[in-house]
Amino acid sequence: MARLTSLAEAIEENVRDGDSVTMEGFTHLIPFAAGHEVIRQQRKHLTLYRMTPDLIYDQMIGMGCADKLVFSWGGNPGVGSLHRLRDAVERGWPHQLEIEEHSHAAMANAYDAGAANLPFAMFRGYIGADLAKVNPNIRQITCPFTGETLAAVPAIRPDVAIIHALKADKKGNVLLEGIVGVQKEAVLAAKRSVVTVEEIVEDLGAVSPNAIILPTWTVTAIAEVPGGAHPSYAHGYYKRDNAYYKAWDPIARERDTFLAWMKDNVLDKGPDAYARYARGA
Amino acid sequence: MDHTANEMMTIAAARPLRNEDVCFVGIGAPSAACNLARLTHAPDITLIYESGTIGTKPDILPLSIGDGELCDTALTTVPVPEMFRYWLQGGRVTLGFLGGAQIDRFANLNTTVVGPYDAPKVRLPGGGGAPEIASSCGEIFITMALSPRGFVDGLDFITSTGHGEGGDHRQRLGMKTKGPTKVITDMCIMEPDPETKELTVVSIHPGVTREQITEACGWPIRFAGEVVDTPAPTAEELTTLRDLQERTRRAHAA
Repeated sequence: MARLTSLAEAIEENVRDGDSVTMEGFTHLIPFAAGHEVIRQQRKHLTLYRMTPDLIYDQMIGMGCADKLVFSWGGNPGVGSLHRLRDAVERGWPHQLEIEEHSHAAMANAYDAGAANLPFAMFRGYIGADLAKVNPNIRQITCPFTGETLAAVPAIRPDVAIIHALKADKKGNVLLEGIVGVQKEAVLAAKRSVVTVEEIVEDLGAVSPNAIILPTWTVTAIAEVPGGAHPSYAHGYYKRDNAYYKAWDPIARERDTFLAWMKDNVLDKGPDAYARYARGA
Repeated sequence: MDHTANEMMTIAAARPLRNEDVCFVGIGAPSAACNLARLTHAPDITLIYESGTIGTKPDILPLSIGDGELCDTALTTVPVPEMFRYWLQGGRVTLGFLGGAQIDRFANLNTTVVGPYDAPKVRLPGGGGAPEIASSCGEIFITMALSPRGFVDGLDFITSTGHGEGGDHRQRLGMKTKGPTKVITDMCIMEPDPETKELTVVSIHPGVTREQITEACGWPIRFAGEVVDTPAPTAEELTTLRDLQERTRRAHAA
């Protein structure tokens, strides 16, 4: 059964130095508050998985949490580069970052394989693509029935998955709606999971029979953090803060402005700082 | 009405889209072209973004491939693994519309690195959905501004395969789809030569000369035997595009 707790305790108990961690949310429901808590607790040597590192991993990489990044598209969507990611890859600041790079199809399939308790994922991909030459985890497999050559990548089986969802009920059942990305797969593929939610309610109420629900026995810890996906968004609660994504570009360009921003907005703040982005705030 | 080169590019990119297309849309210039087509001559076109939104009809252009606007106006929204497995790999998408940082004469795209992979001069965002969009969609359109830095004589890294080394290379790699059939720039439209698959200029935008195109392309660009003039934007095309961009600007500033 999921434990309803505070964000600080959920991270303290479930994310350890050296863990492999996935924090998913495809543009929607990115767990920013949880990522900031990982930064505040100064976790180190993490292997971070995420299809689109987005600003949250730019911040975590810049603050020195990660030794390795596994990803498939590393930009600031619609804006440009992730400058902290680039600084780590191009100039080794704050320290060298190992990268393992895939395509979206590969990572989506690898989460699916992890959730399905398979050792690897198989798909028709990477045809003629140079990533297969530089990433030894991209291999080929021959179909035993047709002889077709297909791509294979290892399943993603992280130590811990961290996601943000819309609601949980008092028992710890979690509801996701809207752009649901790969979060269900990420949680089911991981050994442990931390879920932040916009609200904890008595009962999830009348939801569609096909809504995505993670039963309480699939989740380790749940913390209520209203606004916790900002500047990403929560379907039906608040919109994506596109102006913030644009404003991040000049902040992240220089190390000094980045560090000053992180001190003011993350290190010196707590999960309550998100409440002003929540619905009705 | 006067128009900019960028407006001409978007409008020229929108025109070949068909009402019956099922189109996998890249963010940025492709997204503008696809939505312009939907708001003008192709109202029933199915637009798909890789966030899982199928049949989306956004009133403004999304900044990311997963803005809420896309989900709110979609016919249905599916999980991302399903998007790549059933819909893209499943062969349901007739057209993929991509942009890129660099392109070569056989319409291969690089969005990964400039310089060596292990010690890049410039680290670009990477492939995202593009490697499998390029191989799984029925055909591919590409749109990007023509410049010597973008249209290069040899790529440092092939992120997604166009026509490979040219000729029948795609087929030899085992792909059954057409690959890139049009590259729409701010100066002209290119199409692959039917035999060699080398990109050749087939249509030149108003006010642009062959010399300007030759100068802006990083390889010795060829012109097709018969090159036509791209029709200038109509008032309807320009007004619709400008209204869309103004709505988008206001929404993203809010």
